Amino acid sequence: MGALLGAAGLMAGPAFAQDKPKEVKVGIATFLSGPASVFGVPAKAAAEMIAEEINKKGGIGGVPVTLSFIDEGAGGEALVSNFRRLVQDEKVDVTFSAISSGSCQQLAPLAEDLKMMNFMWDCGAASILEAKKYRYNFRSQANATPEMLAVLIYLLKTKPDFKTIAVVNQDYAWGRESWEIFSTALKQMKPDVKIVAELFPKFGAPDYSTEISRLMALRPDVVLTTSWGGDLDTLVRQAGQRGLLRQSTFVLGIGETSLQRLGKDLPEGLIVGARGDHWFLHPEMKNDPAFKAFNEAFRAKTGAWPIYSVYHMQQAFSALQGAYEKAIKTNGGKWPTREQVVDAASGLEFKGWGRPITMRAEDNQGLEAQLVGVTKADPAHNFMVLDNMMLFEPKSITTPPGQKSVDWLKTLPADFYKMNVPTFKHGG
Amino acid sequence: MDSTIAILAILDGLSYAALVFLVSVGLSLIFGVLRVVNVAHGSLYAYGAYMAATISLLVAPISPWLTFPALLIAALIIGVFVGGLLETFLLRPVYGREEVLQLLITFAVFMIMDNLQRLIWGVQPIFAAEPVRLLPNVSLLGVTYTSYQVILLPLVALGTLIGLRYFLRHTLSGAVILAVTEDREAATAIGINARNVFLITFIIGATLAALGGALASPTTSLVPGMGTDMIVLSFAVAATAGLGQIEGAAVTALMIGLARAFVIYIQPELEVLVPYLIMVIVLLVRPMGLFGVNKVRKI
Repeated sequence: MGALLGAAGLMAGPAFAQDKPKEVKVGIATFLSGPASVFGVPAKAAAEMIAEEINKKGGIGGVPVTLSFIDEGAGGEALVSNFRRLVQDEKVDVTFSAISSGSCQQLAPLAEDLKMMNFMWDCGAASILEAKKYRYNFRSQANATPEMLAVLIYLLKTKPDFKTIAVVNQDYAWGRESWEIFSTALKQMKPDVKIVAELFPKFGAPDYSTEISRLMALRPDVVLTTSWGGDLDTLVRQAGQRGLLRQSTFVLGIGETSLQRLGKDLPEGLIVGARGDHWFLHPEMKNDPAFKAFNEAFRAKTGAWPIYSVYHMQQAFSALQGAYEKAIKTNGGKWPTREQVVDAASGLEFKGWGRPITMRAEDNQGLEAQLVGVTKADPAHNFMVLDNMMLFEPKSITTPPGQKSVDWLKTLPADFYKMNVPTFKHGG
Repeated sequence: MDSTIAILAILDGLSYAALVFLVSVGLSLIFGVLRVVNVAHGSLYAYGAYMAATISLLVAPISPWLTFPALLIAALIIGVFVGGLLETFLLRPVYGREEVLQLLITFAVFMIMDNLQRLIWGVQPIFAAEPVRLLPNVSLLGVTYTSYQVILLPLVALGTLIGLRYFLRHTLSGAVILAVTEDREAATAIGINARNVFLITFIIGATLAALGGALASPTTSLVPGMGTDMIVLSFAVAATAGLGQIEGAAVTALMIGLARAFVIYIQPELEVLVPYLIMVIVLLVRPMGLFGVNKVRKI
């Protein structure tokens, strides 16, 4: 009898797989503890808000979405165990992993082994998708190469005469990799620039006094930092207190997330990147009623305007919805199998709260526009807003498929930065 | 290296050493008297910082100058209340038990306090820089410093060192603490209440940690995990100095502060390594620490 039931179950399997399930379970890895929770906690709030909104509208293909979160802050083996639990015990349908590139490096091969569709929703290391071709792992946003290249091109376009540069980055993978990308491209496009200091203070350093003294003595024309969170806030505030922000042009590679916290402590004229075209006053989106409603709702829920990790979370959900809808359509309106959803995700174009994004079929890398601007005071806000914003098309600044970023950057011509990029005024 | 860089590095090193000393001396004092390695010391530092920022942000609209007493009040609130509760309810029951048990308890407290901190103050960085803004900047060799960092912090650290020395060597309460540290049984036999001595010492140590955090709060962003980094550095200082050595903690903090500053000017790659490199070298040569002595005097 048991054997009979078992055989019946096996036979019925494929048919059940295409029946509508009761829910689409999404497992999300984000930082709920540690310094990176400045990104992770707002992103979690966004995920809850977005899922609620999707469910209000009937869910994905009529199926409600449910969420499970795991804390990236637990790190290492605990993160891997929790990811396995999500997939094997909670039987999620898709995972969004993760913020840290280290977490993505760990979880992407595991997701592949488990045949689990995974959207790398925030991690930036270009090497993950350049080193290996994945079927189940997608990146629903850009990577560090276009993010840094956009910032560099903005600098070269707006301050073409600088002669010296110094860098102050956090001493870990992102700080090192982002500088490697930036400096490699800089040497191609402006080889006469002298790098006067390369400082990599400890991640989470509470004090930058010595670094600031050294920079004040060296007087570089430009200071680049791709630091984030409390580290960036501390560096910029201490530099401001001592007049360094007025002495050198500061470039905050991913400073968009700190603008609201830094308030009026920031001067005007700092160059700020946003890891994508993310800005709550996005020049092409700011009058979109849905965009405005999302921003207002997020602010009402958390007390702050959305930052890039919030928009990245939206992109992961948009990609998920897009993949399911495409797969349902391809499947003649029937609920698709997981493999069909994975097929649909490849080459998918979708829209978050910026320009459309494509997860290119060759390597599953997201092609996402980049927004870079300069700080400007606005009486309507108690913090600096972005002005003279440039919006970079992703194709021209993203490493072509099949190539490694640093190799590609070394082939860029000196006039690469002279590309046409539209500029938008704040409030324009 | 030219003399300009040397002067700049000395100033930067002094400022950094002052904060490191304030936190590590509390850890050292607690170990010297209670023989407990207090992992929760880092949490007391973080709570001191958060409490100072909270009070500062509250009183700043009344008068920005009130933010200075706010730093001290915050340190006392955390040191007396949180420190007092920790000693009374968690450490007192395990005195005389295995050291690993005490270590586990303080580690558990550290974890709990870390999570509580996120519940109370959230995860977004907090900054309350009023005290730094109120004091003028000073300029030296073309480089601007805040007088808060290069004058006030070293003065407070120096005052703490002198005050602690005076308290322990020239007051009756200090003598009682030293007596319990030297020989608890003999001290108890002549009528000294060791329980009170432990409580007072723990409160002083906790207050010093919180004061370190409170004084750091106007210069740095308060973020989850800030206590972890400080506890690791404090252990390095305390171990290098010799656990229980107050003057040793001052000299070691100065050594680490100066070495770190010089390294940033000369070879910044080594910055992270410096405190631990000094610790390893010292402990290889003197396993009891720079100022440690075998079973003679602990503080």
